[in-house]
Amino acid sequence: MLSKRIIACLDVRDGQVVKGVNFEGLRSAGDPAELARRYNAEGIDELVILDITATLEARRALADTIARVARELFIPLAVGGGIRTEADAAAAVEAGADKVSLNTAALADPALVTRIAERYGSQAVVVAIDAKRDAAGGGGFAVYARSGKSAAGRDAVEWAREAESRGAGEILLTSIDRDGTKAGFDCELTAAVSSAVSIPVIASGGAGGLDHFVDVFTAGRADAALAASIFHYAETSVRALKDHLRRRGIPVRV
Amino acid sequence: MIALVDYKAGNLTSVKKALATVGADLFVPDAPDDLAAATGIIVPGVGHFGATRALDAPWVEAILGRVGEGRPLLGICLGMQWLFEGSDEAPDLPGLGLLSGRCHRLGANGGPAVKVPHVGWNSLAIQRVEGTILDGVDTGAQVYFTHSFVAPITGDSAATTEHGERFASAVQRGYIAGVQFHPEKSGEVGLRILRNFVELAG
Repeated sequence: MLSKRIIACLDVRDGQVVKGVNFEGLRSAGDPAELARRYNAEGIDELVILDITATLEARRALADTIARVARELFIPLAVGGGIRTEADAAAAVEAGADKVSLNTAALADPALVTRIAERYGSQAVVVAIDAKRDAAGGGGFAVYARSGKSAAGRDAVEWAREAESRGAGEILLTSIDRDGTKAGFDCELTAAVSSAVSIPVIASGGAGGLDHFVDVFTAGRADAALAASIFHYAETSVRALKDHLRRRGIPVRV
Repeated sequence: MIALVDYKAGNLTSVKKALATVGADLFVPDAPDDLAAATGIIVPGVGHFGATRALDAPWVEAILGRVGEGRPLLGICLGMQWLFEGSDEAPDLPGLGLLSGRCHRLGANGGPAVKVPHVGWNSLAIQRVEGTILDGVDTGAQVYFTHSFVAPITGDSAATTEHGERFASAVQRGYIAGVQFHPEKSGEVGLRILRNFVELAG
């Protein structure tokens, strides 16, 4: 039986792991390679490096960070943040990324998804969708670009379907409302997207306790769940989380 | 020296890194004739079966020639599917035909509805260990998959896995082996399998 995946996200800026709340207020959480090593030893299923570096000079250091993390890990590694062109994707892949995650660039140029999928295969293309509940209370979920700063004018379910048809292999779905709050994943958002596509959906944003993962794998119909803060500050170990999930009848890799 | 055949079906960085870690002496052949130097051959690959079209007659002849001399061959993911007679994914394109059977899309024969592609960690039910590259791997061990098409279960199956239906996740017939999953992304279990193949290739 296919296991539900637990994915740790390393938000990296200038070579260091940082983490904010609601996409703002960053604090340092350590060296990426060191954290990656620890998570791997604890049984993490996959890692995501999200580059939130602003400047071009510092971005060149990203390849070094990827290579350092990838060197001793033999589990899937995805890289996202600022990948705008096929050349950016190629640089990440050459450095050791198995998957690249596209967000703003895919919204601006959806054909980029297809071009990268044709070059590296759909399994290498993750489309990241940052979504927020409609303020009007219409029950929909609006997509945001540029790290949650600007409304993309698209519905999350509709964009996920298009991403799949254009060649995306997975959807990384982040609830902006829940990001960093530890209030639990947005299970309604996750279930709406997961039911609409055949490709796996990785739920993100809001992990605060063990039962939040149980909820997102059942009510949320997520195929994988991603978290950052609860692992970085050693509030929850990957192993304790998996033990909890297994006791609740959720298939996990141990 | 082990030849890692690059036919542009996906990136080989991870495969090279994993093979280097288990001590493989590796080269990427530029032309079919280069396979003369190979003590073992690995055909990796991800994506559409149509990508195997790049493995044209001279490559097929060179690979079959080395296999005929008893050199071990390992197909990974798409490379494993290529060992069979063909795949419904590209019906007009023949596979290498070393193993009997055709590959089909997951769920094509009915069964419970599951997400396709099959992406993530799933467990192996070991059928045969003796004389296979699964030495040291136990039933229940989890490995990383990402694929939509699968090979049928036959007498050559060394391990099976279930996702909507049960399929061959590892095959071996003499020195011809294949794995549907990605050993280079499957932690210690995957490294063990690669190490077993490298030892087989001497």
